[in-house]
Amino acid sequence: MRSWLPFDLRRRGFLGAGLLAAGGAAFTARTALGQTAHPAGHGGGTAQADANSVVPAHRVAHGAMITVGDVDDVRNGFDPTAMLTDWDTGTVSTLPDGRRLRTFEVTAEDKEIEIAPGVMFPAWTFNGRVPGPALRAIEGEQLRIVFRNDGSHPHSMHFHGIHAARMDGVPGAGLIGPGEEFIYEFEAKPFGCHLYHCHALPLARHIHKGMYGLFVVDPDPDRHPDLADVARSRLLGTPENARWQELAMVMNAFDTTFDGENEFYACNTIAHCYAEKPIRIEKHRPVRVYLVNITEFDPINSFHLHANFFDYYDQGTTLTPTLKTVDVIMQCQAQRGILEFTFADHEPGLYMFHAHQSEFTELGWMGMFDVVEAVS
Amino acid sequence: MNENFTTDPSAVTVALPKGSRWQPAIWVILPLAVLAAAIWWLTATNPLSRFDNGAPPVESLTVERTILDHNGLRLLVRAGGSEPMTIAQVQVDAAYWEFVQEPSGQIARGETAWLSLPFPWVTGEAHLVTFVTNTGATFDHPIPVAVATPSVTSGNLVSQAILGAFVGILPVAIGLMFYPALRGAGPATMDFLLAMTVGLLGFLIVDTLEDSLEFASQAAAIFQGQAMVVLTAAASFLILMAVSRRQGSPTGVALATYIALGIGLHNLGEGLAIGAAFAAGAAGLGTFLVIGFTLHNITEGIGIAAPILKVRPPLWAFAALALLAGGPAVVGIWIGSLAYAPQWSALALAIGAGAILQVILEVGALLVRSRGGASAALGSMPVLAGLAVGVGFMYLTAMLVKI
Repeated sequence: MRSWLPFDLRRRGFLGAGLLAAGGAAFTARTALGQTAHPAGHGGGTAQADANSVVPAHRVAHGAMITVGDVDDVRNGFDPTAMLTDWDTGTVSTLPDGRRLRTFEVTAEDKEIEIAPGVMFPAWTFNGRVPGPALRAIEGEQLRIVFRNDGSHPHSMHFHGIHAARMDGVPGAGLIGPGEEFIYEFEAKPFGCHLYHCHALPLARHIHKGMYGLFVVDPDPDRHPDLADVARSRLLGTPENARWQELAMVMNAFDTTFDGENEFYACNTIAHCYAEKPIRIEKHRPVRVYLVNITEFDPINSFHLHANFFDYYDQGTTLTPTLKTVDVIMQCQAQRGILEFTFADHEPGLYMFHAHQSEFTELGWMGMFDVVEAVS
Repeated sequence: MNENFTTDPSAVTVALPKGSRWQPAIWVILPLAVLAAAIWWLTATNPLSRFDNGAPPVESLTVERTILDHNGLRLLVRAGGSEPMTIAQVQVDAAYWEFVQEPSGQIARGETAWLSLPFPWVTGEAHLVTFVTNTGATFDHPIPVAVATPSVTSGNLVSQAILGAFVGILPVAIGLMFYPALRGAGPATMDFLLAMTVGLLGFLIVDTLEDSLEFASQAAAIFQGQAMVVLTAAASFLILMAVSRRQGSPTGVALATYIALGIGLHNLGEGLAIGAAFAAGAAGLGTFLVIGFTLHNITEGIGIAAPILKVRPPLWAFAALALLAGGPAVVGIWIGSLAYAPQWSALALAIGAGAILQVILEVGALLVRSRGGASAALGSMPVLAGLAVGVGFMYLTAMLVKI
């Protein structure tokens, strides 16, 4: 065949950067349009994209650049919207010495999950969900995690926290084969926003197959008299905490072709889930996001909030912000932190959040806060 | 099968004793029945389930047509997997886009579907479409240079026809205009011209087969591109041989017509390539290239004129020969620019390759007859010179059009 071109067409990389820039510009332009065009008083909960509406709410913001169809949450056994507030607090009992003992039960299992509409992924899961259960404890408690491996490969739970070497969940210390059980025991410390993940080898495969989850240790107000109010607002179950809208978010990605490059990016597994079903936020209640990045294959991930700024607590191990008044933070793998912000002075509407790597955004890691007036 | 036996009673009575006239039929039905039973057993009892090692099905997807217009992208895809395929999501330049599939749902093996995306493509730039199936497998389809796919408008058709005329019809007509000058040729010149024709046809058959195989390699695996090209070329060769040899070896106007047909089918391929280049956005078809094609194809006219130097055909025959040899270039550009599936282009070119082989054989036979033997023909200086000039001229002028 005759080639009619004076250069090699397949070397398209140099065009890519320009395209990305152009795409980004179009993207933001549409977003701006979306915010003004969106009607106030967006009362009804989450799912706006019903079949009857001419233009679903989320379409206003990003046009046709989105995945097609719906994910079957029932078949998956988990719902990304419910996952935001679904904390696993285990069962609490008292030890002979009077300390509180908190026990979690976690089972590893193989499970095929739908990670984007119509796209199945052969995942390895903790408790049948990706990310695994968001474990939440209180500083100073004794923790007991009963871990069973019902999967087809050896697995472990490696907690980011302070514990003995034999509880580390690495080969030789709590890594168990299929059918086996292990109990991890350690004290919940330090307080903060942490994570756990499988530490079986090869690590990259075990992580990217879905074996990770949030591990949040709330501060004990009694141990922080100077900032007891702040600590109490972080402590799940207190009246001070109840006014906060707390959200568990795990930034992850999936390499469906197993070539070391991700095809889908998301917050809480399902590509575009919070774009299609925006997260409802009552504007007068402050928002706290427990955010962890567990994306494999890409060195960093990031979180950008539209039209607002937030305070950031890196690793969540302090009661005063480590970064004040920012609208983008980045996290390397296993880095995590707490974001605090409020929409109290904003008008109601759809406010976007996403990774500020345009590629991640456009491959699924994008969502919306649906800020509404408080409903009685 | 059966009807042959009943309509030919003599054969029945001679070959088979009475009463066993159904016996051959039984020997046809029995193996077919065994085949049917085997298929039933395989599907009903699934003995191959032991081979099911949990591996996902083999998937294959070929994009046959890419249409870019003001609505975005439209792609005709053909599935070739071991099982029906489902396209779950579509990326363009690493971003997911909404798409509509027609018909929707699974795409069965060998079936096609149109996918439409409202993607705002950028003229002159590159895009990459990635299909993600339900198993997570991906298939990339690069669009090297995005330009609007030419549509069928009278304006487009006319300008493409003018280009085709320059590339196909004009050079052949110019070559044929040498006819009066060549009429006085002696036997040695005649041999030289015929050998030159064989030489240029030799170049063309290589060129045509190369193009045909290239198109075939882009086609879906289900078409078995290379086998299809070879078989089609062979069939085309045999059919044309059978037709042309009904009244002995063709000579004179008949031979010239066959040469024109073979060259015409080659020019169809040239037109397809030019048209496909338009559709692929490679519209940098400069004046230089068009002149190159014109020069390249002039010898084709001389080749057509060679067998009719000693007869005196009417003027309209020259016009008809020029149209037969050059006209297909116009048709080729029309078809090629509409970005039709590659297997059809491969098929057309394979037919052309067979046709060219047929005329090489016929012109060669004419040379051998006039020289009184193959060895005498091959050994003569005019023939050797003609072959070399024919191939050499085509090769050198092709340099003008190959980039």
